[in-house]
Amino acid sequence: MADQRDTSTPSNVPTTAPTTAPTGATPAPSKVRALVFVPPDLRRGVPAQVRTTLGHPMESGQRRDAMGQAVPQDIVREFEARFDGQLLLAVSLYPAISANPYLAFWLQLDGPATLTLDWRGDHGFAHRETRQLVPV
Amino acid sequence: MNRMRSRLTLASHDRRRAVAAAGLCLLATHPLRALAQLDTTPTLQARIATWSAGKPLSLDDGRQRVVLDVPALVENGNAVPLTVRVNSAMRGADRVLEILLLNELNPQRELAWLRFGALSPRAELSTRVRLATSQRLVALVRMADGSQWLAGADVVVTLAACVE
Repeated sequence: MADQRDTSTPSNVPTTAPTTAPTGATPAPSKVRALVFVPPDLRRGVPAQVRTTLGHPMESGQRRDAMGQAVPQDIVREFEARFDGQLLLAVSLYPAISANPYLAFWLQLDGPATLTLDWRGDHGFAHRETRQLVPV
Repeated sequence: MNRMRSRLTLASHDRRRAVAAAGLCLLATHPLRALAQLDTTPTLQARIATWSAGKPLSLDDGRQRVVLDVPALVENGNAVPLTVRVNSAMRGADRVLEILLLNELNPQRELAWLRFGALSPRAELSTRVRLATSQRLVALVRMADGSQWLAGADVVVTLAACVE
């Protein structure tokens, strides 16, 4: 959980936080960008499509760089969408998924709920987005 | 003649990519086959057999139970829009447990593997995939009542995704 920025606490971005990574440690994936679109007019009992895009190269491990060396695989392997902790959808991603993986799926609300989206991948990659959903 | 000229233009435009793609195509070329759904490459056959684990696997029964929606012709194999949808009430026995998306001719057979929780209202997912060459894609669906379904779709890719 290298990046726990939630939209619920945008004012909490500390300007006084240490900006330098601890020396010797592998740099955490701190600049993850994720777009999550939830329709604004959610209605009780009506399915709605959620569209997500995660900024990630999805390096397939099949390419070679300019020196002819194989570029090591670096992909997002797991995606999970949960409603208040209960599984909605889990997706295992393979190198065949395009860079900046786009996933669109459906949900349905019976009441207010917290939607949690988790991406996990190679080299300890992890990113979470949460949304408070309130049907009209 | 016209076709040849356009190929030459491509090679001079991006020789490295074209040469690599041509090499791959030599390995992987096959004519798109007629519509016998299970007529696929041996490695994909083997992967399907592993997944179905000896239980019966039915072709789409004509009610469009499983829909694998991909464009028939794509220019860029790096990001091919793909939607898989199973027409299911998502309740009781008529609930989709999992969908496995496979391909014939990429380096790896799998595209994605989906598992639907009990809260999922609709067995549908859209994403974008890389396709190394023109090939057939397959969706395998397992329902809560134990039935298993298969659907396929053919895609023609004019610019391969392998090396880029």
